[in-house]
Amino acid sequence: MLLELTAIRKSFGGVHALRNAELSVEAGEVHAVVGENGAGKSTLMKIIAGLESRDGGEMRWKGRSVSFATPGEARSLGIGMVHQESLLAPHLTVAENVFLGREPQRGAWLDGAAMERQTARIIESNRFPLKAGWKVEQLRPAQKQLVEICRVLHGNPSLLIFDEPTSSLSQAETAKVFRTVRELRERGIAIIYITHKLVELMDVADHITIMRDGESVHTGRMAGMTVDEIVRHMVGRSISAFFSRKKYPPGEERLKVDLPGVQFHVRAGEIVGVAGLVGAGRTEVCETVFGISPPPPGAVSVNGLPRDIQNPNDAVRVGIALVTEDRQRSGLAAELAVKNNITLANLGAVCAAGVVLSAKERGVAEDYRARLKMRTDSVDREARLLSGGNQQKVVIAKWLFRNTEVVLFDEPTRGIDVGAKAEVFALMDEMARQGKALLMVSSELTELLQVADRILVMREGTLVAELPRETTQREIMHHAAVGEQREDRAHA
Amino acid sequence: MLSRSRALQKFLPFISLAVLFVALSIASPYFLTATNLSSVIRQTAVINTMALGMTLVIVSGGIDLSVGSILAFSGVMGTMTMVDSGSVLMGIAVGVACGAFWGFANGLMISALRIPPFIVTLGTLGIVRGMSLVISGGLPVVGLPEEHSFLGEGSIGPVPFVLVVLAGCAVIMHFALHSTKLGRYTYAIGSNEHAATYAGIAVGRYKVAIYALCGLLTGLAGMIETSRLMTGQPTAGVSYELQVIAAVVIGGGSLAGGEGSVIGTLIGAFIMGLLSNGSDLLGVNPYWQQVIIGAIIIMAVAVDQARKRRFAT
Repeated sequence: MLLELTAIRKSFGGVHALRNAELSVEAGEVHAVVGENGAGKSTLMKIIAGLESRDGGEMRWKGRSVSFATPGEARSLGIGMVHQESLLAPHLTVAENVFLGREPQRGAWLDGAAMERQTARIIESNRFPLKAGWKVEQLRPAQKQLVEICRVLHGNPSLLIFDEPTSSLSQAETAKVFRTVRELRERGIAIIYITHKLVELMDVADHITIMRDGESVHTGRMAGMTVDEIVRHMVGRSISAFFSRKKYPPGEERLKVDLPGVQFHVRAGEIVGVAGLVGAGRTEVCETVFGISPPPPGAVSVNGLPRDIQNPNDAVRVGIALVTEDRQRSGLAAELAVKNNITLANLGAVCAAGVVLSAKERGVAEDYRARLKMRTDSVDREARLLSGGNQQKVVIAKWLFRNTEVVLFDEPTRGIDVGAKAEVFALMDEMARQGKALLMVSSELTELLQVADRILVMREGTLVAELPRETTQREIMHHAAVGEQREDRAHA
Repeated sequence: MLSRSRALQKFLPFISLAVLFVALSIASPYFLTATNLSSVIRQTAVINTMALGMTLVIVSGGIDLSVGSILAFSGVMGTMTMVDSGSVLMGIAVGVACGAFWGFANGLMISALRIPPFIVTLGTLGIVRGMSLVISGGLPVVGLPEEHSFLGEGSIGPVPFVLVVLAGCAVIMHFALHSTKLGRYTYAIGSNEHAATYAGIAVGRYKVAIYALCGLLTGLAGMIETSRLMTGQPTAGVSYELQVIAAVVIGGGSLAGGEGSVIGTLIGAFIMGLLSNGSDLLGVNPYWQQVIIGAIIIMAVAVDQARKRRFAT
């Protein structure tokens, strides 16, 4: 056994994050660790990687009992971790980030050429869509994730921890990460793989450990497990992992977008999906319609009227909301209370003459907490203390309260667990039934097929296809990746 | 247990102030006299008033380095108006308006030109100081009407009038920060400016209002200063910005934005005022006072950081 953890305990200020966690990883296997948010997966991984200390229990590495005080100690023994959140220096290049803290030198000088060369080699051997000289701040979340992976690979580890490596990746890129994972396994590297995307696991994992409330509740071979079985262990009860949506006849046109290469409309009661690879320009369309980078005059119409949208303030006023791709960066005011986040976009409604009526605000927040089943003991709790899924509910509640007619969802299920996903879809369905027009950008094709009425496919900044809901993943990928396949052929 | 130690740390500035107060009462027989206490209040009124405005700016994630210069400019313009017109009220109004004008200008440059507040106000620190010297010819404005001394030195019964002014401003600012749209958006902008923008808030306009309000209070502080000195000094208020920022920070304000309160700031300003007053009473070398205040700033922030680390998830 390469790594063996038994009876691991850890608490933070009285809250038990881990109570009785067990994990055994063999050399050269892919071991999946799953569980809902707050089940303790990330804490367990941090203990393995030397980012947290444990309160109790034993950790054995190659049969020897170990404790890591720093990540450096874990790394020197061959344990590397790819983080869920991007921990990169945005102003430095890809190569500089890969070598951060262990720069090759020539005398007193940094050896920039060597950094670029070695980084380029890692990028090429994995066929990542990156260049060593690119500035990290210009990269999309998916590309940043790939930089993190490069960084760990450079250390030649014997155990790699992937904490949700594909949560921000499109299907095609996910496939590439899997190929990387398999190649690494063939080289004898063991991999611990954390994900919320259960379907992915079937393809790649040898063993699985399922966690719930800080304990390991199931461990065994992956082969023979079904998604339903995994979900049952995760939540401790049986729920359907799949959401199915009834179709309703759509109403009038609510949103019309007429940008160069991107023309579409969304009608009342419709959920229109947008598929495409990362970098296809889906987020940019949302941001343009929402006024982050203002559209040309007349390019966006709401309820048949062309609107001039110069900034998000204008967009909200004409009835457009955006649930952003990146909750931490642009969705939440993390230090503000849950209730304050919920009313943030419609504060006027709980104000009289500019003064916030706190009883009214609390009432509104409590109402949404109950309706959206937010798991928090109080609406006074700071938003940063909630789990990803509950934070997403806060963001959605904010726009429900604002009650805009058009709502754009950019990757609405990113980083949230199965139970919360189904709840988010149910909310979207409810919004559509109330006559709102919804646009949903997602890299999860299975989700688009479950939720959307029509699916738009984008490639290289252009809308290339519109497909009915009865379409297939293969069909979508065909349109989304034609350019890419051509490129692959050119390589071959 | 958890909540008790958390509450303890939250009230640490207040407890420090109380301990300091009690310690000084014991150490010096003069401390707890009406004369001394009212002189502490008068001495700290200027910094306190400015710190109320700075609290808003710092909670929004900004900074205003130009307040010392604005204080001087307002004082010069206000007193010149007073001398020319003979009207104290008009002079005060002009002084306050000048402060609000410069704050407005700061906010406009920060929002419209997208220049970081540190840079904009570093620039206006020089511009406004220079303007006060140009307008006054570098000389103090003298010959103010006698009644002007009431603002800074007068009393209503045993209560210094300036305390009434300060308390009024503090109540309004506390209310503004906690119960109005402006205050809520100030916290939201300071906590996550992107999220505020994406929530459809007109962030730029609110920033202008925040800096204008800071300027307005600084203008008022400028008039209090002229009332205490009974001159309009173009060189008044040099390096006040540092004391003002220190008061906000000691009171729990975070330079990263999103945190801070009016009550905390008042406590911070009074801690600094008491330290300086106590050092005088106990005969501590004034050079050492600077060392002590510097150390207190660092300690206050260190304690605050430790608290946050403990309760982070």
